[in-house]
Amino acid sequence: MTDRVQSAEVQSAEHSGLRAERLTPLHWALLDRYQRDFPLEDRPFARIAEEQGASEAEVLEAYRGLAAAGMVSRIGAVVRPHRAGWSTLAAMAVPPERLDAVAALVTARPEVNHNYEREHALNLWFVVTAESRARVAAVLDEIAAESGLEVLDLPLERAFRVDLGFALQGGAA
Amino acid sequence: MTPLDRELLAALEGGLPLCSRPYAALAERLGVPEAAVLERLRALQASGAVSRFGVVVRHHELGYRANAMVVWDVPDAEVERAGAILSGLPFVTLCYRRPRRLPVWPYNLFCMIHGHAREAVLDQVAAASTAAGLEGRARDVLFSGRRFKQRGARYGAAPRAERNHEAA
Repeated sequence: MTDRVQSAEVQSAEHSGLRAERLTPLHWALLDRYQRDFPLEDRPFARIAEEQGASEAEVLEAYRGLAAAGMVSRIGAVVRPHRAGWSTLAAMAVPPERLDAVAALVTARPEVNHNYEREHALNLWFVVTAESRARVAAVLDEIAAESGLEVLDLPLERAFRVDLGFALQGGAA
Repeated sequence: MTPLDRELLAALEGGLPLCSRPYAALAERLGVPEAAVLERLRALQASGAVSRFGVVVRHHELGYRANAMVVWDVPDAEVERAGAILSGLPFVTLCYRRPRRLPVWPYNLFCMIHGHAREAVLDQVAAASTAAGLEGRARDVLFSGRRFKQRGARYGAAPRAERNHEAA
């Protein structure tokens, strides 16, 4: 299962067999219906198989394929913000000719889990997560010092909607 | 959150093992009974510390190529109401209030919209603005470009298995 997404890996994911337009109804059901309340029992994939009219082996094989193609990041726990540590959204205005280099120094930080280019003068946006607020602040300071650029710290103040999954329009895609 | 909870979340950072008895595999790694893993995962969801447990998809790989962070500058007295309305729209996946950083960043209300095409997402942005009474407010739509990194959050030192996984 690939853990990091770099441009090259995204390319390879698109060439690794499974493509979005070739997914079967079983694939879409496995993607769409199990984003929340994944079965908590000794054989969860057997439960899903039963619900979907497939075999446990078919379900496992389908999830392995989806993971290998990068369509599934993981089956895991999404922690509500600020319940297990601290996190923030940070933004930087990076001169275009320096974007690759600055993005790489941000990505290299283990505390950074998401790091995207966005279409704006503030063109680099990333999420820093750590065990404490002080550690998050230190990471932002270090990135600012290393890059010589200002880093905006935009911590969540109020969550109106946290990550509860996302209804996929698989059939229509 | 107990020390076992933190270890369990760390062990899950790389994802649930794709095998017949994944919770038993996690339990073995943590040196606890399988039943304890299941019980803690139930408790973490019940307490709200885990907002969801399940499949985390990558939108881009599934054909959602137009992924926008949409931001508005909303008067502080109105942001609660607007945020509540936005978060109820089916195409809004996240909705947060964050601080402004004047003069460079005047926006305080953020949401994410994932779509197949830019035009459709811009239509949804307009619909969202109307629904939340934000038509007259300053806003911006920041489509994502390159994704340099995308993985689950990590709240402490990576467990051994995770480090090995990354090295692989």
